[in-house]
Parts: sequence; C-alpha cells; structure tokens
Amino acid sequence: MSGSAPSEASLFKILIQRRSVLICLGILAVFIFAAVMAEIISPHSPKEMSVRNRLASPDGNWLLGTDEFGRDVLTRLIYAGRVSLIVGVGVATLSSLMGIILGLLAGFFRKLDGPMSRFIDAMMAFPDILLAISLVAALGGSIFNVVLALSIVYAPRIARTVRASTLVIRELAFVEAAHALGTSTWRILVFHILRNMVSPIIVQATFIFAYAMLAEAGLSFLGVGINPDTPTWGTMINAGRQYIGIADWMILAPGIAITLCALSLQIVGDGLRDALDPRLSKEV
Amino acid sequence: MPLYIARRLLGMLVVMLIVLTVVFVIVRIAPGDPAALILGPDATPQDAIELREKMGLNRPIIVQYFSFMTQIASGDLGRSLFFDTPITTILYQRAEPTIFLTLFSLIIAVSIAIPIGIYAAYRRGSLFDQSALSLAMLAAAIPSFWTGLLFQQYVAAGTGWFPVSGYGGPDANFFERMWHLILPSIVLGIVNSALILRFTRASMLDVLADDYIRTARSKGMSERRVVLRHALKNALIPIVTIVGLTLALLISGAVVTERVFNLPGIGSLVVGAVLRRDYPTIQGTLIIVAGLYVMVNFLVDMIYLAIDPRVKY
Repeated sequence: MSGSAPSEASLFKILIQRRSVLICLGILAVFIFAAVMAEIISPHSPKEMSVRNRLASPDGNWLLGTDEFGRDVLTRLIYAGRVSLIVGVGVATLSSLMGIILGLLAGFFRKLDGPMSRFIDAMMAFPDILLAISLVAALGGSIFNVVLALSIVYAPRIARTVRASTLVIRELAFVEAAHALGTSTWRILVFHILRNMVSPIIVQATFIFAYAMLAEAGLSFLGVGINPDTPTWGTMINAGRQYIGIADWMILAPGIAITLCALSLQIVGDGLRDALDPRLSKEV
Repeated sequence: MPLYIARRLLGMLVVMLIVLTVVFVIVRIAPGDPAALILGPDATPQDAIELREKMGLNRPIIVQYFSFMTQIASGDLGRSLFFDTPITTILYQRAEPTIFLTLFSLIIAVSIAIPIGIYAAYRRGSLFDQSALSLAMLAAAIPSFWTGLLFQQYVAAGTGWFPVSGYGGPDANFFERMWHLILPSIVLGIVNSALILRFTRASMLDVLADDYIRTARSKGMSERRVVLRHALKNALIPIVTIVGLTLALLISGAVVTERVFNLPGIGSLVVGAVLRRDYPTIQGTLIIVAGLYVMVNFLVDMIYLAIDPRVKY
C-alpha cells in the first residue's frame, strides 16, 4: 500500500511544481511568520491607543489605518492572525485525533460500527455554526474552548473518512498476516491500518484548518466566540461594521486576511490530495 | 422496498434519539447553577433552592434525562427563560425569515451553480472552466458575513436598490418582507453555490465519459440534446444529494447572515439566546434544526429511490 504513495521528497516536488500551490504556500508562510514574530515586526502595540488618530485612514505611519480607539489596524491584524492560526492548527489537530479514534473503532470493531456510525450521523445533523455556538455557550469563550468546540464539530468528518478507509484496509492480506503473526490489536490499528491512511487524513485536516478559521471568524463576528478583548479577525470585522461608511479599512483588511488564508489552505489541500493520491484528483 | 423505507425510518429514529441525547449533554455541561443564572444576581440562596426543586434539577441525572426525553417526545420543547413563552411558539414566530431566506438562497445557488457547472464540464480545461473553478474556490473561502457587509455597504447603500437591513416595519406586508430578503439571499446563494458548482461539474464529467454518450453522439444527435437530455439527466442524481446537504450549510449561513442584515429569524433568536444564556431556547432550536436536517436527508434518499431506477433495495 505505502509503496504507491510518493516519498516525501517527490511529494514536495509534485507540490511545488504547481505554481498556484507554491504561491499559496508562500502566502501561508508569510502569515505564519507574521504570527510568530508579531512582537518584533508589528509597527505599534496592539493595545496602544492614540485618541488623536481615531479612525485615521491608511498612511505612512498607520499602514492600514486605525480603528475607533486609534489602535493600529495592521498591528491588530498581525496579533489576530496569531489567534486565528492557533485555532486553525488546534482544530485540525484535535479533530483529527478525535476522528481517528472514533473512525478506527467504528471501522475495525464490527460490533461498534452500528452505534458509532449512528453517533457520527447524529453529530453531522447539527449545522456547524449552530453546534459550535451552543458548545461555546456551554463551555465558555476561551481560545481552548473554541478549539474544543470546533473540534467536536469537525471530528465526525475525519471519523467518516477514517472509518471508510479502515473498512477497506482491514480486509487486506497484510492485516490478516499481522493477525496470524500474533500482533496485538492496537499495534495493527496504529502501525498497519492508521499508517496507510495518513494521506487522506492530512488532506481532510488541511480543509478543516480552513473551515475552522472561517468558523472562528463567524463566531467572533456573532460575539459568541473568543472573548471580545482578544483581537481576532472576526472581532475586528464586528467592531468595524459600525464604521463601514467612514473607515472601511477596518473591515477590509481582516476580511481579506481571512479569505487569503482560507483560499490558500484550500488550494494547498487540493494540491496535496492530487500529489498524495492521483486517483482522487478527479473528485470534487 | 417497503422494508428499506421501514429500516431507514428506524435509523432516522435512532439518529434523532442520539441528537436529543447530545443536546441534553451540551446544555448540562454548562458550568454554574442554571437556577442561579435564571434568577440573576439579586436572588437569595433560598430562591435558588426553590427554583432548583421546581425545575427538577435536584433529581438524579438519569431521571432528568428520561423526563427530558418524554417531554420532547410529547412535542413540548419547554419555555424560553427570557421571553417566558413556549419555545414552539417563538420558533413559529421566527420561522418566516429563516425559511424564505434559506429557500431563496437555495434557488439562487442552484440556478448559478448548475448551468455553470454543466458548461464548465462540457468545456473542460477551457478558460471558462478554469475561471469557474477559481471563482467557486474563492466563494468558498470568503466569510459570508464579510460578503454580506460589503454588499450592504456597496450594493444596498450605494445604489439604493435594496433595503440595507431589517425586515420592514411591524406592519410590512408579505411582499415588503420578502423584498428585504433579496440581498441577504443573493449573498448566501453566491457563497453556497461553490459546492454545488464543483459537484455538478464533477458529476457531469463522470457522465460525459460514459459509453452511452458516445453512442448518442455517434447516432448524430445534436450536442445540445446529448448534454442536456442524456448527460444531465444522469448527472442530476448525485446532484440531488449535494443540494440536500447544502441545506444544512444554508442554515448555518442563515444564522450569520440574519445577524448581518438584522433579520428577526431563528439565527438571530439562537445568537440572542446564547448571549442571554437562555438554555431552553438553544436546546429547542438545536433539536428542531437537527430534526429538519435528518428529515431532509431521509427525503433526499426517497427522491433518489424515485428518480434512479438503478437504485433497488
């Protein structure tokens, strides 16, 4: 099985051959760099207010203008990006972990399949934003709780993929051979089954990264996400909507940032899917 | 076939039971004492104890669970803490904008996505195809509330063609109310056309490669007939599924879009309920929306059964 998947070196080669993927990786790298180096590269402090410069339009000092408290929009954009990226990476990781456990159990143990699959169906019956805001309402609005809530929302998608792949791989000869050799069940699950479906999980996780960033922005926009004191792209847009007629830079900058990130992630996800498994490239 | 329908119905029931259980758990994991939350900061501890007793919060959790299930099964979703009215009544009052917003955006999404998807598949690899795919990708990456705000500012306020927000006054007639939904529906429709477009294109590509299309062409049938009669008919079957799934996305989108355009629908209701910690309202809305989704999925399966002669159970 693993023989058909490209090696890491050739995978990278296939990825960067596509110009669009290369550009998107570059865009993501810029966002990650800015988030990590926020303290160093930000021109101002995210909380520094300059009352005289309230709602100042973009110029040499305020590259992207200022907000209603005279805070630098570019600086806040950089710090907010940090939160968005943490949420995206956090949700992609945690939902993958949850989904892998659920999916492996459902796919491998026949007795668990029925109840687990019904559970996955039930979780997917809730529209994502609705489930997320209810969970955040119950858990509270910290960054960790938002990550947890969104991971619960997206884990069933990973679980479905993992379950479907497990059902196929479970029947293959090498799994039977491992059984016959007396390999323990969890070893088979992790080293024989899970290892052979890393690529679809990574592809799915990339898309979930994008969905999670969009969903977090939506939650913050609705005022039911991360506490409003923490700058996020969603809270910035929410704050800017009152000033849209006089200071549209307040909502343009964060909106473009979200779109660029989500778009880049999707294009990279598509590229990864095609590179990891050419058979899938025809699908949506 | 009746056996299959019966089994699907039973499966639907099981999923609904799990949905109810999940909702029960979500509302119970909220930290703090619900009675104290309802009474507010001025209440005495004695008040809280009495209310807890009245709400049945002192009973064992399993007893609470069964009384919750029987209450829902009897069609009683409880009372809103904030409005002090039955939740079914509030949902009924708030349903109109949400239902029509969802319906209009579905119509807009389908009428954008299906023709473009078909043509993109037919001209695979052309400039049209590539632009359509790129735009679909962009549409899926733009946050819908942001698009909403931009449309509000630059289309509604800029041209004056559409109302900027709201749902008309209290005495607005049906037509006026619907007129307020046009711009929100366009926004939601465009954003949600992306998935249907990509799916239509993929489905058409699959079908166009089939033998019977080659046969139809070799018989000298016009291209128009081949694509629109032979191919589309078969490509539409999987598209039905994705249109059903889009409904769930649209409901999520409606929650956010209603807030942008200040529409008094179910989305605004639930966001307000979250801000006010009105748990019974959150609970009731989750149950109804998830229930609708489960039903739509069932209907989609039944439509499948009716339109695809190859599907036999």
